[in-house]
Amino acid sequence: MLDLQRTLNQVKSDADWVSLRQVTEKTTHRRVRDEKIDGNSVYFDQGVMVEVLVNGHFGFAGTSDLTESGIKRALGKAVAMARSGSSQKVHNFTTAQRPQAKGIYSSPVIRPIDSLSAKEITDIFVDATKAMKVSDKIISRSAGTMIVETSFHVVNSSGSEVQQNFSIVSTDFSATSGGPGETQTRSDNGGLARCFQVGAEVFDRADILSRSKRIAEESLELLSADNCPDEAMDLLLAPDQMTLQVHESIGHPLEYDRILGDERNYAGWSFVKPEDFGNLQYGSKLMNVTFDPTIADAMASYAFDDSGLKATKEFLIKDGVLVRGLGGLESQARLNLPGVANFRSSSWNRAPIDRMANINLEPGTTKFQDMIASIERGVFMMANKSWSIDDYRNKFQFGCEYAKLIENGKITKTLKNPNYRGTTVKFWNGLKAVSENRETYGSPFCGKGEPNQVIRVGHTTPYCLFSNVEVFGA
Amino acid sequence: MNFTEITKKSFNTVADYILGNLQAGEEANVNLHAEESVFIRFNGNKVRQNTTVEQRTLSLLLQKDGKTASFSFSITGDETEDKKRADQWLAEARKECALLPEDPYQVPLKNNGVSDSTFKGALLSEESVVAAITAPAAGVDLAGLYCAGPLISANKNSKGQSHWFATENFFMDYSLYLGEKAVKSVYAGTHWNQKEFEANLAQSKNQLSLMDRPKKTLAPGAYRTYLAPGAVAEMASMFSWGALSFSAYKQGNSALQKLADKEKSLSSLFSVRENFAMGLTHRFNGLGELAPETLNVIQKGQLQSFMTSTRSAKEYSVEANGADGGEYPRAMEILPGSLKEQDILKELGTGLYLSNLHYLNWSDRMNARITGMTRYACFWVENGEIVAPIADLRFDESLYDCLGENLLAVTDFQAVDPMVSTYESRAFGGKKVPGMLIKDFKFTL
Repeated sequence: MLDLQRTLNQVKSDADWVSLRQVTEKTTHRRVRDEKIDGNSVYFDQGVMVEVLVNGHFGFAGTSDLTESGIKRALGKAVAMARSGSSQKVHNFTTAQRPQAKGIYSSPVIRPIDSLSAKEITDIFVDATKAMKVSDKIISRSAGTMIVETSFHVVNSSGSEVQQNFSIVSTDFSATSGGPGETQTRSDNGGLARCFQVGAEVFDRADILSRSKRIAEESLELLSADNCPDEAMDLLLAPDQMTLQVHESIGHPLEYDRILGDERNYAGWSFVKPEDFGNLQYGSKLMNVTFDPTIADAMASYAFDDSGLKATKEFLIKDGVLVRGLGGLESQARLNLPGVANFRSSSWNRAPIDRMANINLEPGTTKFQDMIASIERGVFMMANKSWSIDDYRNKFQFGCEYAKLIENGKITKTLKNPNYRGTTVKFWNGLKAVSENRETYGSPFCGKGEPNQVIRVGHTTPYCLFSNVEVFGA
Repeated sequence: MNFTEITKKSFNTVADYILGNLQAGEEANVNLHAEESVFIRFNGNKVRQNTTVEQRTLSLLLQKDGKTASFSFSITGDETEDKKRADQWLAEARKECALLPEDPYQVPLKNNGVSDSTFKGALLSEESVVAAITAPAAGVDLAGLYCAGPLISANKNSKGQSHWFATENFFMDYSLYLGEKAVKSVYAGTHWNQKEFEANLAQSKNQLSLMDRPKKTLAPGAYRTYLAPGAVAEMASMFSWGALSFSAYKQGNSALQKLADKEKSLSSLFSVRENFAMGLTHRFNGLGELAPETLNVIQKGQLQSFMTSTRSAKEYSVEANGADGGEYPRAMEILPGSLKEQDILKELGTGLYLSNLHYLNWSDRMNARITGMTRYACFWVENGEIVAPIADLRFDESLYDCLGENLLAVTDFQAVDPMVSTYESRAFGGKKVPGMLIKDFKFTL
């Protein structure tokens, strides 16, 4: 076991500042299909990122060699990186971008994840796929989980010591039914959307079997459903689709590194300009969006980001007006704008960049049934299955698994292949009702960065009603 | 010893140690992915971040009593430490096998032979990269990623199989900007040649000068469209997303189900094959099985072969064809046609010239319909002359239309689209694709 503080004390460097970030992560995948084992794997990853400040530029070197000589070699490389980069550095950084931090964070776990054996989880999944066998038309039934136990331990030459331990479970259940010339898949709120900081309590057998049966029945129901109509009408989105809507059309465009152009060659730029903060009417007055790393079981709750900045809840959009963006201390210095604690890396082998965390829509005051009653003609869509948005985060098109037609204030029938498209600011300004209740979902796989990184994100959102949206079917 | 030499010694030692310590009734497959990488990220022709990474990941697949357990862990190059880790994870794999039910589609391990390839490159020294890129790009708004270093994949199993593939390669994946207008390029290979890079950059600068005109905003509708190889490569990547997987087909999730069932067809101008002779990646897969050097996947619009792994082959009683577990093409080539480069604009006449596409996704998987955006150098062309760059457009189009009866011509040249993915680790491989002329390509927003 590497003693990080002792190692930091022993390595010598002429850098202005040195940090060691050790990441230890165990990822377990378990999958069952049609009541049979379909894969079990464990990936244990550990390494250290050495980070230094030289001539106003941060240099990074990651290594999986955790011996003292391995860390020393990485330190030498980090200094060389910083020195060579500093000749053409994008900004003159200081240790102000790496504040001293001390603290411990742990996911709120009720039952430790290792209290359930591989066999017990597999048995639940076998029964879940059995519960999906509601008809001969169900052609594929699957149940899976990804369990991540990870710790980030940081020490640095300004006296910081932060230990953050995460227990993260994502589950994925789906049933596919087949009829003449088509198949329809229904999942459990979207692929891996049910991902939380939890323990073994998430594997509640009775609840899983009940959900599994329901999605199989809904998959079957879709086979005989009408196609979503092609017209402009009211659109009611469930929280499991709002998650994607918030992520793509609010989270990403507000990231400061996109606004600064760092991401232009890969994930893209942003339609948001620095002068828009405090001025842009992003959405209707019902729209209140927060960066909130304090939601107990949400995917991206934490105490500090990788720079050592303490994570606190902040409003990004208040009463529809854009007030703050998603940028850590480096981007804040480059833009001279306030930001949030979101400078995060995917693991020990990547440098931190501006990432989303939990980006949430605050609740409204409307009861769900009153939203339905207010709709003369509209579609209620649930669970994301297709997502695409341009590199400025303007023109989007999203598809869902399952929908209901609403006519004269009542749900009248099920619709299949529901999709909708729009442009970000116009769409959010059409927000006309927000429910008082919220649900939390997320994603383990938000991709971005050069070199590429996936990061975990959480989104807690209400049901939302939008006016005059272009919806269409297959 | 350099990274590759240390890693080879280390892999052989640990893999042989694991395989030599198997108990009666146990079989094992051991994989290695290793890299020593330099990543330098540029924005505004300045250095945003630079990182080196040294990582070696060993994956152990243990088969015992019809059960399968898979464990991956990092190794360091230090023999004592690596053997300790191997002992720990082999013990965990045994425990897992004892707990799990039988794996009904377990693939019996075989000896698929021995291979040993090491390709040495000529890469820039770490300290010279910044000047080599920023000096010729002076005065230009350049953003992108330089990535280089040794990259290794290796495999051994308890039946005596042994494969080693090591290369030293690089890519400079970049874009140049004129305000919000941009062009895109990749310079990639195994031997950095400063003159070649500067020529690549000069070509991009020339293309950028074509963008220096007011943007034309087009109404949604169907347009005659030329997809340059960069755009075709983006569309071809969708074939790796559940379209050509045999297991996805059997489970109702293949976007090419109607092609396989002969309810739909593609144009006779459209042919796809796996072609490992391109030399973009190694032929052995995660189980050390050798894919055929070439495999016809779609020939003249008709599906010939799904990508089929040995696991799927066992489950569905069909023949495997060297596909990896994910059943996606690893060395995809779309075959060329007869449209000459100098005739592209003339044959396009009036319509859209699209250099790149962005953020594609299935919008209607059963009908192979894809949505996505135009990106980078995309132009409105009138009577064979470039008129103006366009404001980005969203398309929503079925492959059965654009690669079916609406596919008018395929270029007689192809371009290599090197794999630049670096999620968790650097990827091998790439694609080779031509350009395509399409009528009535549908834009919706």
